[in-house]
Amino acid sequence: MSTLFAAEAVDSTARTLTIVLFLTFVVVTLGITFWASRQTKTATDFYAGGRSFSGFQNGMAIGGDYMSAASFLGIAGLIALYGYDGFLYSIGFLVAWLVALLLVAELLRNSGRYTMADVLAFRMRQRPVRTAAAVSTITVSIFYLLAQMVGAGALVALLLGIKPGVTFLGMDADTAKVATIVLVGALMIIYVTVGGMKGTTYVQIVKAFLLMIGTILMSVLVLAAYKFNLSALFSDAAEASGKGQAFLEPGLRYGVEVAGDPTKTLYNKLDLLSLGAALVLGTAGLPHILIRFYTVPTAKAARKSVVWAIGIIGSFYLLTLALGFGAAALVGQEAIKAQDAAGNTAAPQLAQALGVRFLGGELGGATLLAVIAAVAFATILAVVAGLTLASSSSLAHDFYANVIRNGEASEQQEVKVARIAAFVIGAVAILLSIFAQSLNVAFLVALAFAVAASGNLPAILYSLFWKRFNTSGAVWAIYGGLISAVLLVFFSPVVSGVPTSMFPDADWQWFPLNNPGLISIPIGFLCGWLGTVISKERDDTKYAELEVRALTGAGAH
Amino acid sequence: MTTDAEAPAAAAPDRYVEVQRSEEFAALRRALRGFVFPMTVAFFVWYALYVLLSAYARGFMGTELVGNINVALVFGLLQFVSTFLIAWLYARYADRRLDPLAERIRAELEEVSTGEHTVRG
Repeated sequence: MSTLFAAEAVDSTARTLTIVLFLTFVVVTLGITFWASRQTKTATDFYAGGRSFSGFQNGMAIGGDYMSAASFLGIAGLIALYGYDGFLYSIGFLVAWLVALLLVAELLRNSGRYTMADVLAFRMRQRPVRTAAAVSTITVSIFYLLAQMVGAGALVALLLGIKPGVTFLGMDADTAKVATIVLVGALMIIYVTVGGMKGTTYVQIVKAFLLMIGTILMSVLVLAAYKFNLSALFSDAAEASGKGQAFLEPGLRYGVEVAGDPTKTLYNKLDLLSLGAALVLGTAGLPHILIRFYTVPTAKAARKSVVWAIGIIGSFYLLTLALGFGAAALVGQEAIKAQDAAGNTAAPQLAQALGVRFLGGELGGATLLAVIAAVAFATILAVVAGLTLASSSSLAHDFYANVIRNGEASEQQEVKVARIAAFVIGAVAILLSIFAQSLNVAFLVALAFAVAASGNLPAILYSLFWKRFNTSGAVWAIYGGLISAVLLVFFSPVVSGVPTSMFPDADWQWFPLNNPGLISIPIGFLCGWLGTVISKERDDTKYAELEVRALTGAGAH
Repeated sequence: MTTDAEAPAAAAPDRYVEVQRSEEFAALRRALRGFVFPMTVAFFVWYALYVLLSAYARGFMGTELVGNINVALVFGLLQFVSTFLIAWLYARYADRRLDPLAERIRAELEEVSTGEHTVRG
């Protein structure tokens, strides 16, 4: 434990306050959820929030859905420990939104109804395409869910300051982790089954608001500490890092140059390009992001919501620069690493340091720490709810209604199945997370982006823009991209072969890169093309309908 | 309460083919693709350049411009600027150029399909 965490009394004040604030968030959001449930009568209400949200509201909700703990805590931590390279990550996350804005959002809104597969299967044979889309949606969402929930478990002990040997409400650190995973899982199940898309959207809006306020407050305090002189902040951070000017340049974390090992250097640099590709192409293929475009009444509102989202998310990532460099300068790497080797507690630790400095000593530090810790939990909750909704919608609408029931299911049956699916997926995610909590699963977020970029994005783009595209092509693109991304990661150093692997004691690694995108994204696009040309199926009339509807909004749901 | 339980068929299938082949629709498609395709290529190349320079041109990226503000930082910030700028340009272009065209074609399509009441959800 770092020296920053001073007296036990302050620890316990911060802990109590964190819990009070977090419970307030839970009570308020549950209230909204139950209110939303009374407004949720039809399938459109459940899946798409009645398509009643404004562009700005949906822009906030997209921000709440997208800015995960990996963004807030992860990127601030990356910058605090590795300097500039954390910034590289956030740039990929932001630029990616242009793919969604220019190529996907409006056309998807106009031609789809509830899920990603509505567009993919529009002119195809329903069963194979919807099955593939459901498999991909659930895989991506479960990977993402696991990373978030295991992260939540790990965070709670740190944020509540439960040290080894210390108990909290009779729980030691390990029990507290499991309890957190179960609590987060239970809450996300309630948000989704009770509130549907409406409830989930409001939870995400509230969270985005809190996250922005918290981030702006901390950034202003960091800048105030340096009299709004960025250069002074950077030089202080660089000096404190012990790495000097290199801390302000790319290369400490990604594309590391290993002296005397050109092969390793080459792989590291290719890995950076691979990560960059997956980040920028993955966003527009993430199912939980895509279904957000259905919550607004028109394509024009979908466009507005993405523009708002770009503004909100971009501002947030700019502020993480202040958070990350501020943590490096004001908290210091040693203190951060002492808490969490991956740097995930850099932002909360910075909050404490800022509170001590500006808000009147230890108590001020405890207060700001508690506020930011509660915001971090709210962040996790809003993201996991979005993921659970996306996967249960796909399971009910794509797999149950259109594959099993062949499109014969009534609206009520479909929504009932969606609620059951949310419960089942939530339960599975809880169990898997408890099982995986001792494993290093942080790579799962990057893998989710890689799968989305390799399987979903090719299928979506071909569907919207390529007349010749057909069932076989869609199925090939999704499975080709999904399987190649997952297999390459399975045989990569993130799963086995090195001490930081998920299974450090095993070794079946032969693929040298941590990120599969550089190989799997071209494979996905290639499979989509190959699958299309080897099949004779071609429906120009259906494509005419899709294209006219997508571009004009005629007959939009 | 909104509902879109009924699949809104705005027009008969052959009507869509007719519209798709019309000069009006071709103009809309040209206007859309003429903006989004080149813009996508542009921002992708611009982003790829940034990532490639970060990987292979460390010396250049480390060049200090003012104080300790180096090229890497300015280049990174320019990615933010270009993203905001493209989003704003596209929104403006779509509002002025695409929406009126799309709206006219949609109105014609939905007008022709008489008797078919479209519920917009």
